[in-house]
Amino acid sequence: MARLEILTFPDERLKQVSQPVETFDDRLRQFLRDLEETMDGGPPSVGIAAPQVGRFERILLVDVSIKPKIKNHGRLFLINPRIVAEQGQEVAREGCLSVPDFTGNVSRAETIELEAQDPYGSPLSFTMTGFEARAVQHEMDHLDGLLFLDRLVSRRDLFRRKKYK
Amino acid sequence: MKNWFMVTLVGQDKPGIVAAVTRALYEGGCNLGEASMVRLGGMFTIMMMVEYGGDEAGMVALTAPVESTGLRIHIDAVQGTLHRHIEPNIRVTVYGADQAGIVCETTEALARLELNIINLETDVGGTDEQPIYILHIEGVTDTTREDIETALAELARRKHIETRVTSINTLIG
Repeated sequence: MARLEILTFPDERLKQVSQPVETFDDRLRQFLRDLEETMDGGPPSVGIAAPQVGRFERILLVDVSIKPKIKNHGRLFLINPRIVAEQGQEVAREGCLSVPDFTGNVSRAETIELEAQDPYGSPLSFTMTGFEARAVQHEMDHLDGLLFLDRLVSRRDLFRRKKYK
Repeated sequence: MKNWFMVTLVGQDKPGIVAAVTRALYEGGCNLGEASMVRLGGMFTIMMMVEYGGDEAGMVALTAPVESTGLRIHIDAVQGTLHRHIEPNIRVTVYGADQAGIVCETTEALARLELNIINLETDVGGTDEQPIYILHIEGVTDTTREDIETALAELARRKHIETRVTSINTLIG
């Protein structure tokens, strides 16, 4: 196992598009263990994407279970994730391991239908809402070379519209 | 050695204020830090951290040509530091029929709970006949959301205003 270096902007590599994973072998699973060690050993975070550690393949690790009172599916290794449906929009504050010392408000889909593969290539599907859905969308952006700064709607929360349900 | 200055500017709003001020500072060898720029009541206001190798008199001289266009500029030497953001964890919104004392009494209640205000904005909406006052605060506190709600509920009843307290749950990914 190894803790990997987390790239931080303005490293240009964070802006590149990652490629799909085609081979689900022990080398992939070794990388996933390294990715997990990197996330667990770094600043507190709810997810990490492979390109954040310089591997430009469509791989995410998401785990929002450390946050209290948040609906979640536990620790998820998501390979080749795809959002196949989404509903609603919600603005909330985000920060990023690759953009230290800055947070801002970003609009994301409230609910997503997600398809992906597990570390052995088997299909996965989830319906996610709220914080977990946001975490997946944040990490998926890294796969397309996007940072939350590309989606910033405001620096602060001031005068947000209240949402009535 | 470079020094930090807080530059405060107020002027009648018009296009080009930010460009004129920052051009003068850029050409004078300054570097900008954090800034807040906003239009308030038809005036444009700037509060801006500026890093500069000279002294306060030098900064005043740099900005003098801009001031001559009708903008009022004030410069203070400060102990500035970057990369020291504090993340707010609570949001408070207060609104109601405009009346004196909303900001004072709300912030006093929050200060008693040792809530540290990071951002505060207020605005007056509605109409001339029925103005409404909106106060929005982001802060940091160890006090629970429920305790802040309880503290503000008394104020809400007494002044016939609405108060809302929500947690800010920042996602780091």
